[in-house]
Amino acid sequence: MSTYLLCLVLFCIGLYGLLRKRNLVKIIVGLAIMGYSVNLFFVLLGYRLHGRAPIDAPDQVIENMVDPLPQAVVLTSIVIGLGVMALLISLAIRIYEKHGTLDITKIRKLKG
Amino acid sequence: MELHILLIFMIFAAILAIEVKDLLSSVIAMAAVGFALCLAFLILKAPDLAITQLVVELLCLIILIKATIKKDLPLVIEGRWLFNTVSTLVFIIVFLFFSYIAMKELPVFGNPTMGLVRRYLLEEGVNKTGAVNIVSAVILDFRAYDTLGEVAVLFTSIIGIMAILRRKGRKEILEEDTNGK
Amino acid sequence: MENNKSGMTLFVKTSSRLVAVLGLIFGMHIILHGHLAPGGGFAGGVIIALSFVLLILAFGKDAALSKLSLKLASNLENVGALLFLIIGLLGFSGGAFFLNVLVKGSPFRLFSAGTIPLNNVVIGLKVGVGLFVIFLTLVILEKSKKEQ
Repeated sequence: MSTYLLCLVLFCIGLYGLLRKRNLVKIIVGLAIMGYSVNLFFVLLGYRLHGRAPIDAPDQVIENMVDPLPQAVVLTSIVIGLGVMALLISLAIRIYEKHGTLDITKIRKLKG
Repeated sequence: MELHILLIFMIFAAILAIEVKDLLSSVIAMAAVGFALCLAFLILKAPDLAITQLVVELLCLIILIKATIKKDLPLVIEGRWLFNTVSTLVFIIVFLFFSYIAMKELPVFGNPTMGLVRRYLLEEGVNKTGAVNIVSAVILDFRAYDTLGEVAVLFTSIIGIMAILRRKGRKEILEEDTNGK
Repeated sequence: MENNKSGMTLFVKTSSRLVAVLGLIFGMHIILHGHLAPGGGFAGGVIIALSFVLLILAFGKDAALSKLSLKLASNLENVGALLFLIIGLLGFSGGAFFLNVLVKGSPFRLFSAGTIPLNNVVIGLKVGVGLFVIFLTLVILEKSKKEQ
């Protein structure tokens, strides 16, 4: 229970950065932190106390393994997160080239 | 217990990443969160995820540092600072309240539900696919549609990056060709 | 490689030449053993991309481009995506999309598990070359900005 709550607090810190900060890089950092906490939450849901990693060993009975399904889903999510992050960074670089600033309120005023 | 320590470290590093003035320090604090997440995956018995998170975090750090290394952060404090902060905090408190209500429905930590799917995957996985690593069997055999979608998303993001970052527009290239001839 | 002007100092170049080869071999090992041990196509592909990124950072853009040009890299990426789809379509010979039609073999051997090692190799190719293309596009943009 407390681990879930700490994970949610991490999500809220990312949300605060996303909503409150004005710098584009800070917004990207907040988005990345939200992504980390969601990945962690999925894996926490599939964890089993004193479990084993979901990899078979020879001459070992299958019991007490953690859930492999959230791990498989999160594995694709991590790589997609990298792709999305690279796309956002390239957008930020283009905006900095065009307007000379990363501050979103100034960009809105420029109407470029 | 070690999971709690790691989570608290991640929370402090995240606060640092959001609040510090310098952009480079912010990016490096974000990478600290990612590496702590890699350790947390190891504790949660997910070695595949730990390896992937480690290498992805390295590549992400290199790209972010290359993007931010010469950009300054203009420090501007304008009016409505109080209003913005208070409205954001109220939104977050409402979010936390409802998520606390929803959390009572979740299974207790350490006892996952979804027992049927888990038992099926763990018992039949080796017989049906022949792969010993069950996570690999799930992403490439049982749920290969997911991986197909992931490939499509990565492909689209690469196309988007090449379209955003190209040096000249299509019109300029056409004009240069006609002028050269 | 003879041009000492571009890139970093001699120490960095010599050590990164060794480390990049080791990284390439390690990435291939992780990809090929994806169905037996932790790892797989995603992690191995990113490790291969990182070894090329190391070459770019140490030797400069041109030396790395002579090994793997942008056009070849993007073509390889398209080939990876197409091959993954073709392996999925192969399953129709057994009756369903993405069915494991090849011989399973016995577990705990390198050549087992039907199409899963093939899928791992294809995914590793696609992810590695794709991330290399992303990094290369960013580097080329920086260079062209300095020339102007």
